[in-house]
Amino acid sequence: MRKRSAKPPLALPCRPVKPAPFEYHAPATTADALAVLAEHGDEAKPLAGGQSLVPMLALRLTRFGHLVDLNRVPELAGIERHNGTVTVGTMTRQADLERSPDAAAVPLLGLATPLIGHFQIRNRGTVGGSIAHADPAGELPAVVLTLDAQLDIASASGTRTVSASEFFEGTWTTVVGDDELLTAVHFPVWADGAGFAVDEVARRLGDFALVGVVCGVELDGSSKVTRAAIGLLGMGGTPLRAAAAEQALVGTAPTDDELTEIGRLAVADLDPPADIHASTEYRSSVGAHVVKRALRTALERAGG
Amino acid sequence: MAELPVTMSVNGERHRHIVEPRKTLADYLREDCALTGTHLGCEHGVCGACTVMLDGVAVRSCLMFAVQAEGAEVTTVEGLAKNGELTPVQEAFREEHGLQCGFCTPGFVVSVHAFLEDNPRPSRDEIVEALSGNLCRCTGYQGIIRAVERAATTMGGAT
Ligand SMILES: Cc1cc2nc3c(=O)[nH]c(=O)nc-3n(C[C@H](O)[C@H](O)[C@H](O)COP(=O)(O)OP(=O)(O)OC[C@H]3O[C@@H](n4cnc5c(N)ncnc54)[C@H](O)[C@@H]3O)c2cc1C
Ligand code: FES
Ligand code: FES
Repeated sequence: MRKRSAKPPLALPCRPVKPAPFEYHAPATTADALAVLAEHGDEAKPLAGGQSLVPMLALRLTRFGHLVDLNRVPELAGIERHNGTVTVGTMTRQADLERSPDAAAVPLLGLATPLIGHFQIRNRGTVGGSIAHADPAGELPAVVLTLDAQLDIASASGTRTVSASEFFEGTWTTVVGDDELLTAVHFPVWADGAGFAVDEVARRLGDFALVGVVCGVELDGSSKVTRAAIGLLGMGGTPLRAAAAEQALVGTAPTDDELTEIGRLAVADLDPPADIHASTEYRSSVGAHVVKRALRTALERAGG
Repeated sequence: MAELPVTMSVNGERHRHIVEPRKTLADYLREDCALTGTHLGCEHGVCGACTVMLDGVAVRSCLMFAVQAEGAEVTTVEGLAKNGELTPVQEAFREEHGLQCGFCTPGFVVSVHAFLEDNPRPSRDEIVEALSGNLCRCTGYQGIIRAVERAATTMGGAT
């Protein structure tokens, strides 16, 4: 152990400590965490895996007077399967979700999670952190929306449950208030024999996707689609559902040409963002192809 | 802001220091523990140079605060070799020219240790995927991929 003098010598050059100063809170229960949030309002921020928040602090894109570390709240982590639902605690690590036999009942989780960043990121990054962060190109937010998951949100004054369709408000914004925490997410289990696929285009392995699709289909005995859900990521300010394409798919046993058409339909009304990596036109064009490719895979997997 | 005491085990040795909460684990290891093997490239999670083992899993030490590692067991690149003998992974990096300037090497070596523990017989595609979280500006990666293949063979040779 090295001793530190009470006052650092002034002659030392500025140490490379990047984030602005904050007070650190490490509550042991959800109730204690919520109490700190209630006390400090928008001056306080929950710290989950830190894989998005710490870079933003380090780059000084944001600063908070108080960080509320959720990593010491055991009750916020864990995966449980009840009849028709898999419930995932917000602090469940992405790496644990990827390997969980209980989560396997929701195949989209196992398909989407390995595409998040790199294994070192998933060891630390959490399921709820990714969803609450609400990056429009995030995999888990798209899964939440596509499966119509239900999200539990708690504050010091009580708990509410919202559906995925109401949860995402815009880039990096959700309905979770400053004094609230996302505590758990309930993913519905589809019928046996449903087929799922996740497909995305990224510049390098582990990069955020430029365009991505998560989808699920259920078929009847004659290979006709009885249920379809198609979610898009990277195509707008939030994850998006391709409702018109879903409707067009239900009731058909689509041919290859029809799938091409459904791919086009999925992106027809969108105005995807343009950035240095991809233009609006590129995202639309690639998006249509990726929808087709993902649906073909999901249909092949269905019923089998 | 109030400084806080933090106690953790680093490479099997107990360390206790008083730190500002905003000090990252990476800066703590380098400055307070004087373990400068952990390198800092980007300091925002992209390059992987700062990778360390935290309670048995590989993480970015620039993306957590030292105070969060209270009670944890941390292993840095300095803690891998035992009794002055290089590990098969380190040996393989040398044999296969898996490094040139060496800046990225600690992060790669720690990541590869974690990866091979998890997946002792990886395919080439799995190796490429596992290495995607670490950037190297010198080698062009081919030597690093070969090093992982060689280390897997050496380590698997025992079974
Ligand atoms: C190199 C790199 C590559 C990445 N690639 C991808 C990728 O390809 N796809 C992808 O989806 N993500 C990617 N990520 C982001 C990663 O998935 C993050 O883990 C995730 O976005 C945030 O989760 P976290 O647990 O780290 O949360 P944090 O970074 O701790 O928090 C993120 C935000 O959510 C808030 N928050 C966290 N938990 C809660 C809660 N319970 N209630 C309310 N608010 C909360 C925080 O206050 C903060 O604003 C990448 C990150 C890095 C560093
Ligand atoms: S320094 Fe930590 S990832 Fe680059
Ligand atoms: S050896 Fe120089 S950066 Fe990798």
